[in-house]
Amino acid sequence: MDWNSIWHFIFGRLTMQAFVHDPIMAGAGIMEIVALVVAIGLVTYLKKWRYLWKNWFTSLDPKKIGIMYFIVAAVMLLRGGIDALMIKAQQSTATADAFLSPDHFQQIFSAHGTIMIFFVAMAMIFAMFNLLVPPQIGSRDVAFPLLNSISFWLFAAGMVIVNAPLIVGEFSNAGWLAYPPLSELQYNPGTGVDYWIWALQIAGIGSLLSGINFFTTILKMRTKGMKMMKMPIFVWSVLGTTSLIMAVFPILTVTLALLALDRTLGTNFFTSYNGGNPMMYVNLIWAWGHPEVYILVLPAFGAFSEIVATFSRKKLFGYTSMVWALIAITFLSFTVWLHHFFTMGAGADVNTVFGIMTMIIAIPTGVKVFNWIFTMYRGRVRFTTPMLWFMGFVVTFAIGGSTGVMLSVPPANFQFHNSLFLVAHFHNMIIGGVLFGVFAAITYWWPKFTGFYLNEKIGRYAFIFWLSGFVLAFAPLYILGFMGAVRRLDHYDPSLGWQGLFIVSGVGVLLIGIGVALQIFQVIVSVLQRKKNPAPADAWDGRTLEWSMSSPPKEYNFAVLPEVTTRDAFWEQKLAMKRHAPEPVKYQDIRLPKPSFIGPLIGGLSMVFGMAVVWHVIWAILVSLVAIIVVLMVRLLRDHDEQVISAAKVEKMEAAL
Amino acid sequence: MSETVMEMDIIRQERQEVANRKTLGFWIYLMTDVVLFSSLFATFAVLRNAVASGPSGQDLFSMPFVLGETLVLLTSTFTIGMAVVLAKRGFKIAALFNLLLTFGLGVAFLVMELTEFTEFVHEGASWQTSAFLSSFFALVATHGLHVAFGLLWMLGLGIKMIRRWGKETDLGRLALLGTFWHFLDIIWIFIFTFVYMIGVLG
Amino acid sequence: MNERGLGNKVLSYVIGFVMSAATTVVAYILVVERIWPTDVIIFTVVGLAILQLVIQLVFFLHLGQEKGQYWTLVTFWFAILVIAILVGGSIWVMYHLNYNMMNMTPQEQAQYMAHNEGI
Repeated sequence: MDWNSIWHFIFGRLTMQAFVHDPIMAGAGIMEIVALVVAIGLVTYLKKWRYLWKNWFTSLDPKKIGIMYFIVAAVMLLRGGIDALMIKAQQSTATADAFLSPDHFQQIFSAHGTIMIFFVAMAMIFAMFNLLVPPQIGSRDVAFPLLNSISFWLFAAGMVIVNAPLIVGEFSNAGWLAYPPLSELQYNPGTGVDYWIWALQIAGIGSLLSGINFFTTILKMRTKGMKMMKMPIFVWSVLGTTSLIMAVFPILTVTLALLALDRTLGTNFFTSYNGGNPMMYVNLIWAWGHPEVYILVLPAFGAFSEIVATFSRKKLFGYTSMVWALIAITFLSFTVWLHHFFTMGAGADVNTVFGIMTMIIAIPTGVKVFNWIFTMYRGRVRFTTPMLWFMGFVVTFAIGGSTGVMLSVPPANFQFHNSLFLVAHFHNMIIGGVLFGVFAAITYWWPKFTGFYLNEKIGRYAFIFWLSGFVLAFAPLYILGFMGAVRRLDHYDPSLGWQGLFIVSGVGVLLIGIGVALQIFQVIVSVLQRKKNPAPADAWDGRTLEWSMSSPPKEYNFAVLPEVTTRDAFWEQKLAMKRHAPEPVKYQDIRLPKPSFIGPLIGGLSMVFGMAVVWHVIWAILVSLVAIIVVLMVRLLRDHDEQVISAAKVEKMEAAL
Repeated sequence: MSETVMEMDIIRQERQEVANRKTLGFWIYLMTDVVLFSSLFATFAVLRNAVASGPSGQDLFSMPFVLGETLVLLTSTFTIGMAVVLAKRGFKIAALFNLLLTFGLGVAFLVMELTEFTEFVHEGASWQTSAFLSSFFALVATHGLHVAFGLLWMLGLGIKMIRRWGKETDLGRLALLGTFWHFLDIIWIFIFTFVYMIGVLG
Repeated sequence: MNERGLGNKVLSYVIGFVMSAATTVVAYILVVERIWPTDVIIFTVVGLAILQLVIQLVFFLHLGQEKGQYWTLVTFWFAILVIAILVGGSIWVMYHLNYNMMNMTPQEQAQYMAHNEGI
């Protein structure tokens, strides 16, 4: 028994070499460790571990879970943003290996895309689901509260795994989708692609379970009188989003698993020998990937519907057509995925069908944009920060959408595919659509969940920097795309004349960076000034039920579950209260789920499992897997108990407003 | 007095609503599982002729053996149906006996499948040999894994119900297990048809 | 206990079991005996599979038989739609990709082009 084999048994393929990185990567790793140490140290110093465990980590309250998603997403936005700054800096120098080696550059753009999509955008929308769906349907909770917690902790486990490469090992260099054969063992024997696979696999299962959870919640837990066509449009958008999640995340699960099998068990799904077909990976990953981008954008659409109606002081124009547009987009998003690989040789008939379907999907989207504008028309519009984000969205998303129609023409696509034109297009959609929608939603609903407003002035400045930064960052990329610049370039010949545009783009990203800094500043200032800026329950003269809860809401949301007769239920309630005095309220006992340690436990075990697979630590793989199965079996075969808030206590809590 | 009765009614109604949610939620999960299997089927369909230099389905599959597996699984889906129906009406011994039969048949199915796999590997047809075999093993073994999880569930639930018979929540769980098991047989119909039968026909 | 209800339920499972077994055996015999041309057998056998699917859905899973199953049916049909698009679409796309991806031997390529392009 020599030391080597003992080491390999305990640690798999992990060696001390895995901790050695080039200076910049090492610096990033050290920063990450310092941030962790500071965070843990702070909590320990303030003696808040018990508080955090009891009130946040084990909580089954969707409001708490939503806030945790939001915090993780915000931190990950910073990481993804720093990656973007580094990409721009390197590209602005036009010189190879200016300060980023090619390998490091590849890891950075792979991390940037992966983190932004999976750990920022997805996290933000799950935050929105958790915070907004139960109140908007007049419910106290989701259908499966424990599953909700497990979903969050699986997501958190994925987040840890995707950030671990800064410290130990390396990240994938194969882009945010890791196409084979590059992602196969032959060309990528290290840990990079494995980190990528397992971070996404674990977080992806969390997403799928959340999809099932919120879909069931909307179908089964609407309050009395709230028929489907009386739900807020945001809830409809969640219905569409969760339908997509449930339909396509299994495809991602399979595709990642098959790639993992190729890399660990020597199978031949996507290898370039023994009959493997790398294009099948591309086909499957985009069958998931295209609906995924609609999963990201539909909640933003839903949020805008609420925001535009409220700040136009008018009900949403064309509710029915909005619902049908959502349903149409949901269905159509399944039929377009080949447009991500027009150039891969499918032939004219296949390309044409998918091209036409892609163009068609612009139509219901256009219906929605027009309906929002018609809502504003003849309304008494207040241009608060959320409305500014909406205006920015309309312009940028429309332009981005038009470039999408350009890309959907197969012959033209042969010019644009994988050029910077494409990169500009999808950033246009995700930033202009998803991110602006998320920022609008944060500003709009912040007072509800914190009890104070965000500083409007700083918010406006942040918006201005974001919008101008965005235009400066991505307009040059459209031009560069036409000039022949391809994506993922770490250097190019300066004689091409591209450098000027890259530098302009870099300035744009700096402006965005200032915008982000202003947003952080806004939060800090707003927290410090919160006593001076309190928000009432009805912070914006809203129309939907969440505004009838206190700001911040009680744990049980509503003391008495509302009964609804119309759309914009809260608006109707307000009108009704003006006409006659409120009836005396009869309180009842409220039963809520007790906190549970199962969520964090499953998350922790999953993180161990993922890391163990990456580093080939067989015993840890087996132990964590068996532990997960045992924990789930014991818990699922047990009847759980609840906590009861007595009617008297409810009365007291309500009176303490 | 009447307040307590009303509260009991509310609690009963809430419990029924929770049970309905669980049934729908589990069904929806099964639908996602079916999409998962269909991705594996799609992969198999695309790669089924990529035999490289290895054997094809015609070379490997033994139809009588597969028919045996199929009938074993089909019988088990029948017995679990019986178990659910009998349990709901309180026939403890009959229900548990049927559950035991289901378990035994499920184990038999897995043993047969593992025997088939071992034989293939010994003949030089492993999941590493070709894309066809990789996709065969992925699809059929995923189904087998689902069967194994079902058996684990059956064991846990069965032991629980022996010790503590008649709880409404356990009956609900048994019904969900029954649905899960039925689905596994439905998936097997398509494996039987598209992998084995069409594979053998060439 | 509702004995008659029980009898009906048991009958449902017995009928389902017998019909499923019969469908399976018929398909098996068709494949093993090969009395018809291969294409016809394939069509029949797939049809029998779908038939057995319906049998099991109705007699084991009682789909569409109890009330309050609206969302069960909606999600079921949605899943069927997704599967049809995913499996059908993938087969169509991948088959076409092989045209330019040289995933065929030269003979297969020549055959394909003769068949599809008339060259």
